[in-house]
Amino acid sequence: MNAIHPGNRIYRSRKRVNFILLAASSLALAFGLFWLVWILGTLLYEGGTALARATLYYQMTPPPGADGGLANAIAGSLVMVTAGTLLGTPVGILAGTYLAEYGRRGWLAGATRFLNDVLLSAPSIVIGLFVYSVYVAQVKHFSAWAGAVALALIVIPVVVRTTDDMLKLVPNTLREATMALGCPPWKMIVSVTYRAARTGILTGILLAVARISGETAPLLFTALNNQFWSNNMNAPMSNLPVVIFQFAMSPYEDWHRLAWGGAALITLAVLVLNILARALFRKSD
Amino acid sequence: MSDSPGPRRLRAAPWVDTAFEWLTRFFAFLVFALLLAILASLVVGSQLTLEKYGFSFIWSSAWDPVKEEFGALVPIYGTLVTSLIAMLIGVPVSFGIALFLTELSPAWLKRPLGTAIELLAAIPSIIYGMWGLFVFAPLFQGHVQPLLIGSLGGVPFFGALFEGPPIGIGMLAAGLILSVMVIPFITAVMRDVFEIVPPMLKESAYGLGATTWEVVWRVVLPYTKVGVIGGIMLGLGRALGETMAVTFVIGNAHRLAVSLNAPGNSIASALANEFTEAVGDLYFSALIELGLILFLITTVVLALSKLLLLRLARNEGART
Amino acid sequence: MDTSTAAVSARPRIQTPVREGRNAGAVAPSELKAKLKINGLNFYYGGFHALKNITMDIPERKVTAFIGPSGCGKSTLLRTFNRMYALYPEQRAEGEILMDGDNLVTTRQDVSLIRAKIGMVFQKPTPFPMSIYDNIAFGVRLFESLSKREMDDRVEWALGRAAIWNEVKDKLSQSGQSLSGGQQQRLCIARCIAIKPEVLLLDEPCSALDPISTAKVEELIHELKSDYTVVIVTHNMQQAARVSDYTAYMYLGELIEYDVTDTIFIKPKKAATEDYITGRFG
Repeated sequence: MNAIHPGNRIYRSRKRVNFILLAASSLALAFGLFWLVWILGTLLYEGGTALARATLYYQMTPPPGADGGLANAIAGSLVMVTAGTLLGTPVGILAGTYLAEYGRRGWLAGATRFLNDVLLSAPSIVIGLFVYSVYVAQVKHFSAWAGAVALALIVIPVVVRTTDDMLKLVPNTLREATMALGCPPWKMIVSVTYRAARTGILTGILLAVARISGETAPLLFTALNNQFWSNNMNAPMSNLPVVIFQFAMSPYEDWHRLAWGGAALITLAVLVLNILARALFRKSD
Repeated sequence: MSDSPGPRRLRAAPWVDTAFEWLTRFFAFLVFALLLAILASLVVGSQLTLEKYGFSFIWSSAWDPVKEEFGALVPIYGTLVTSLIAMLIGVPVSFGIALFLTELSPAWLKRPLGTAIELLAAIPSIIYGMWGLFVFAPLFQGHVQPLLIGSLGGVPFFGALFEGPPIGIGMLAAGLILSVMVIPFITAVMRDVFEIVPPMLKESAYGLGATTWEVVWRVVLPYTKVGVIGGIMLGLGRALGETMAVTFVIGNAHRLAVSLNAPGNSIASALANEFTEAVGDLYFSALIELGLILFLITTVVLALSKLLLLRLARNEGART
Repeated sequence: MDTSTAAVSARPRIQTPVREGRNAGAVAPSELKAKLKINGLNFYYGGFHALKNITMDIPERKVTAFIGPSGCGKSTLLRTFNRMYALYPEQRAEGEILMDGDNLVTTRQDVSLIRAKIGMVFQKPTPFPMSIYDNIAFGVRLFESLSKREMDDRVEWALGRAAIWNEVKDKLSQSGQSLSGGQQQRLCIARCIAIKPEVLLLDEPCSALDPISTAKVEELIHELKSDYTVVIVTHNMQQAARVSDYTAYMYLGELIEYDVTDTIFIKPKKAATEDYITGRFG
């Protein structure tokens, strides 16, 4: 007798299990989206009014109870993120170039690639500790430079990884064709493979910028915070994440409001950078 | 004819070439050395406590800056418990999402839904923390915790985990928020490894009359087992080292509590809270040793994750 | 009749190993009891029209071969029979494929039941990542709850039918992936047989196998037709000539000619078929 018919009991219970678990899978997706919507919704709701006030952008962080904005924190974040990116990107690109172009033989490339992937997910607070011990503790004061270095150390693994990946995507035939013209390898890398991998590498840099824009932990022990506007890279500098941390942990209502404004601002910037990076990368393929 | 490269420029090339290669090699070495440098600086920084306590630092629950007594047990415990909660929730949810995106989702929805889940990873952790403190914790305290305490608190043995007053913040809240934070990472790896399963293999299982669930559970998952574990380890590495989100909601109490409702401390949150305010060399040293422990644990977990993913990639290469 | 003798003389490139008289007295496929009746079948990959108005009968308990140049739609046609295309949203079929009076294209019958009744073997061996025993038991457990003894018997029976029992009986708990390519393919055939389907679809089952394994699989196909309706897609004309009773020649999504295998290979009615058979084609 053939067991394959719609009335088969095993078959029916399997169908049921399948239905339940696939429904659970859809619920899992809904669960993930639920938090995203909830968090972004809260930010929009709580931070929206703060974002709409012009004072947020030109007044300094206030003492409790006074009116103020986040101008110094915004400027400090921009300065340190820029400095961190400028410091970290060349290092990352050159190291990534070695991995993809020269590292076919020898142990260095394989080992570096492995450790770089570990660094990519290493706790950022440990990076802060590291910069504190080798820099802040030596010069004996917190400074914007220390913050920038800590951020650069987070940029590096991201850029190494994308540079390596993107250069490896460049077809070897392109390299061979260039070399066949008598072009020396360095020139081939700089003028041909970099150009071929340009968008991919740029995407990586954008993602790195997005990542460090919101980083708080590595700035806690390096740039610290500053209640005032500062142009001195050798002194503590205010920055959005640490201000948000301090203001949110405080008991003052008006500080909370500013913290929400800062949070909405950072998230907006990070999401825009992310989406920009994706759009850019998609256009390239 | 005038712009054709002259022989002079070609002759100059070997020198520039070597210089360029060494330049890139130098920076690659710098990246290679970075991890070791971090390790070395942490070991040097924690010398005082390493010498004073030796291994007993790890299982001592003392933490008294006034009397200068330090031990890492409480933050280690908090780190492990919160990460464990995050994995218990995050892994099945990530599996569900990866299953949906690879097998169930209509083609046109795949990209927007996938991007939305990935954006969870883009939200800075301080946002999770702040949102957790101001929005999630009060709701959790008012509606979820009483329910948990009421239903599970009475269960013998197991109930101890859910005892105590509902205060919102605590290890359970921190674990829950961490679980949301690791979802995008685990999901991304699971999606990637599920995609490498040859369509023909899946079709053979479908061809026998298997349901979608059976194909995923009995064929796709065993085939990608190594990579899936690698993805889980990656998420675990992230959860162990997460700082800001946990700092906001864990409660920062140096107390060893069985109940998940109780406030606790994790390594990263202890560092974030106390480091800039620490006074005294021994206190500093103790905090840096905490950092050292965290770095060692996460490095081992992340290295394992990487090794597993490499193994899957190699097997895959050997098969095709 | 000059043309037909020309066709025969133009044939030396094919060493027809067809056993003497195997097809002697064979009747046209339309005169036999049909297992699958295909009627006006069209198939689309998105906007691409891959099968054009196919009408044919697949006779019960015979071996039917689909031949034709790559891209002619022979695999596509095979994949419509067990609705494998339904896994991919951009693929769709229109028309009729009748099995036991039920149209498989529009049926409300569950797709996993159809697939259990119509087994399929692929171009490459696809052992599941589990033991040899479980590879066979996997499909059986989907529809039957057997005791350990009964299951052991079923596994032995299926592996025996697929002519691989003697090679694997001592290592049933080893991974299916540890076998050689030819053994893996026979394992996949055994896996299909184990759930006792009515139709077996073979999609270029020997394309990844060495000649010795190919010979074993071909012999097996011969054995199987006493119980199953077998449909095989092959790019190898000699193979079609060796194993099949009926052969369909397809080109650019159309069914050009469909007849008794000997007729197709010895005196095809259409010039296009003859060109392909004699190698004058591409």
